[in-house]
Amino acid sequence: MSYISLSDQDKKEMLDRIGVSSPEELFCCIPEDIRLKKGLNLPAAMPEPELLRHFEALASKNIYPKYLSFLGAGSYVHFIPTVVDYLSSRGEFVTPYTPYQPEVSQGTLQVVFEYQTLICQLTGMDIANASLYDGASASAEAVLMAHRLNGKAKVLAARTLHPQYRETIGTYTKNLAVTVEEVGFGGNGEINLQELAKRLDKDVSAVILQSPNFLGIIEDLKKIGELAHNHQALFIVAVAEAASLGILEAPGKLGADIVCGEAQSFGLAPSFGGPYLGFMGCMKDFLRQLPGRIAGQTKDVDGNRGFVLTLSTREQHIRREKATSNICTNQALCALRATIFLETLGLLGLKEMALQNIQKANYAADRLARVKGIKRKFAGKFFNEFVLEFPKDLQKVNDDLKQKGVVGGLALGRFYPELKNCGLFCVTEVHQKEEIDRLASLVEEALR
Amino acid sequence: MIREPLIFEISDKGKRAFAFPKLDVPAKYDVLGGLPVREDIPDFPQVSEVEVVRHFTRLSQANYCVDIGFYPLGSCTMKYNPKVNEKAASLAGFVSSHPLAPPDLVQGNLEVLKRIADYLCEIAGMDAFTLQPSAGAQGELTGMMLIRACLEERGDARKIVLIPDSAHGTNPSSAHLCGYRVQEVKSNQAGTVDLEDLARNMTDDVAALMLTNPNTLGVFEWDIKIIAEIVHAKGGFLYMDGANMNALTGICRPGDAGVDVIHINLHKTFSTPHGGGGPGAGPVGVKKALEPYLPIPMIEKRGEQYALNFDRPRTIGRVRSFYGNFLVAVRALAYMLTLGPEGIKEIAEIAVLNSNYIRKSLEKDYHLKYDSPTLHECVFSDKIQKENGISNIDIAKRLIDYGVHPPTMSFPLIVHGALMIEPTETESKRDLDIFIDAMKKIAQEAKENPEILKSAPHQSYVRRLDETAAARNPVLKWEREKKS
Repeated sequence: MSYISLSDQDKKEMLDRIGVSSPEELFCCIPEDIRLKKGLNLPAAMPEPELLRHFEALASKNIYPKYLSFLGAGSYVHFIPTVVDYLSSRGEFVTPYTPYQPEVSQGTLQVVFEYQTLICQLTGMDIANASLYDGASASAEAVLMAHRLNGKAKVLAARTLHPQYRETIGTYTKNLAVTVEEVGFGGNGEINLQELAKRLDKDVSAVILQSPNFLGIIEDLKKIGELAHNHQALFIVAVAEAASLGILEAPGKLGADIVCGEAQSFGLAPSFGGPYLGFMGCMKDFLRQLPGRIAGQTKDVDGNRGFVLTLSTREQHIRREKATSNICTNQALCALRATIFLETLGLLGLKEMALQNIQKANYAADRLARVKGIKRKFAGKFFNEFVLEFPKDLQKVNDDLKQKGVVGGLALGRFYPELKNCGLFCVTEVHQKEEIDRLASLVEEALR
Repeated sequence: MIREPLIFEISDKGKRAFAFPKLDVPAKYDVLGGLPVREDIPDFPQVSEVEVVRHFTRLSQANYCVDIGFYPLGSCTMKYNPKVNEKAASLAGFVSSHPLAPPDLVQGNLEVLKRIADYLCEIAGMDAFTLQPSAGAQGELTGMMLIRACLEERGDARKIVLIPDSAHGTNPSSAHLCGYRVQEVKSNQAGTVDLEDLARNMTDDVAALMLTNPNTLGVFEWDIKIIAEIVHAKGGFLYMDGANMNALTGICRPGDAGVDVIHINLHKTFSTPHGGGGPGAGPVGVKKALEPYLPIPMIEKRGEQYALNFDRPRTIGRVRSFYGNFLVAVRALAYMLTLGPEGIKEIAEIAVLNSNYIRKSLEKDYHLKYDSPTLHECVFSDKIQKENGISNIDIAKRLIDYGVHPPTMSFPLIVHGALMIEPTETESKRDLDIFIDAMKKIAQEAKENPEILKSAPHQSYVRRLDETAAARNPVLKWEREKKS
């Protein structure tokens, strides 16, 4: 099967007009010695029925979806209303390019404008961009933005920032005049404030931390922000679980200068890690240093309201090496899904979702902590994730659970050697009470 | 025409489009105690389901898209996006998989990633591919980082990256983000890299040349082997921006022509939808020498099992979370398997045929700065129309009235007033002819009735928008009007 629309007669007429006898001749500019002499060694073409059988077989090799799972750690399961899939699969949204021709792209542009508004409302920031790739690269972009803003070189990153976000920041900054130092966590799972205070000095460009942090704990943003600001450092808050913004005060109201993170929770399935949706908002003074695309409102010649991509003098296609970022194609369709999701849930739904997450996670944490030998590792307040310490190797417990069709918490030893035998559990509104109880009794059995 | 309001303008207190089931665990009384809880999200939308559905349906109708018609954006490869690929990418086994699931429970996903990497190696003539980069620009950055890591290990990071003046803006931006200084290389009269200028600039402080091939004029850099030799002789690497790979599939493999690193845009050559600006995917392929530096994790086949390998001491690290835009890779794999080897070769053949048909048909009406043979795209300019005061923008906006999407404008920078046209292989002769006729009519109008071009478009949802005002007085979100 091919997707070519030319008949043999079409081809002949076209070749005649061009004045060549075969398509082959049109490649005359490619030297003979680098042309491929044989056919590509790839599987033979599959017509649609065969292709679907093939993919159904491939997809069914993923037995994970049949399991009851308590994984989170930067990828969250939330209910996605039917209208999200229905509306976001419209060809008019799926198949256009970046809206460089605004007169024929008002749908996409207005959606981006609404999305930017929603991100501002949720984060409490003045302005937001049209999207970035994901939470990890958005965090890296935030760190680079802070460096451009104040020219300082040292970044303090909480050890409880998602390990993959920290790794990504490390990769992005490695070849630039930015160094990243880690600030540990205290016994309650929050950032170690004393250590932070000690490490802060006039050379610090930014403090970046995540809340709720990777260990699930909600940080005292106000206090940390004040500390950072006392040393003229910018305060970057990364939010990996955007659903928390439905109930927790907007970071912008608590002193954040830049809020970035991952909005996968807003209408995007776990999808084995992507595509996701990086977001970023900041104070309006930082506008010229904000990376990525931005939609703005304007008027057409008749005075009607319309939207355009704007302030492109920040961007690579105009500024080339002096651009604020190299980002070009980003995650527009994911931002559309988030917009539909948020507008469908609305104020009441978003708050209800957040409350159910916090209640169910608390129920689960309390229930599991009653199992003999298990204790909650950190006393701090949490949203929908919490860390439990087990009396034996968690991997062994998880292996037992897997036999029973359950994927338990994420073993943290791989990311935090100091948290050996600890697991990060995530419970959201999709988990039923019976499922939580089942997890608890299976864990009980496994420890017996 | 009804203009769709912003959702915030139709929002009303207490309305809802969705309800959650009642909480089925005992509510804990002090669960929010001591937390900074928000009382309200001022002006957050409250609408009904039918309002949501009509809002987005109407907005969708204010978009042009590939499903509606011809979309000849140069260098963007706006080909038809097959619907079966969407179905494949929506299977629960893929969509519901958590990225940190135990590998034995997600063997299908790992197989997808490994196979698409293997197939890309075969198509591009490379030794290994990573699927992690989220888009072309992140692929470029990753590629530059791989080169830098390798050079640093040799004790010689170098300072400069060479980039032809015809290159896309992401190239210099990505090189800069990798800590390199950018040095431009001139194009010659034929529109290809000026070999003398390259040789002059190719010092032993140059880490790499970033080459787009075919370049942004649609011209194949026929000296690519000599270019590779010049770069390699000084210990540098040849990076190829594979944005225009649609011209080469099954015809020529960059790896056979001396390329050391390449990124390929799955959302261009392999037909994954552009989504109004992403998500895309920019996998990066390398030759053996650079393989140890690829991002973690790499997917490996060990016996009958697929596994994630994090134990790669020389890796550059990771450039994002997890394994890249996985569902984009699923779509690309579906596309490759549908086409098979012959179909993949046909991509390039027909894309080049369509492009040359347009070029030939319009060469008397529009100025062609470079007359070198072109492959999948051609770049005209507004030079002839300028005599009547008509710019490429006017031509583009007038095309909207004729029901087709304008070409890429004002790029590459080496062609003033550029109109860069890439038809792709999926278009019918009828659609090509509609475009050609429209372009001819516009050329005529430019002479006879230039005013109608300057005030175009006349038939669109909005008319020409004031982009200067948008930048001068930025309004970047909706805010309730303050009562005075």
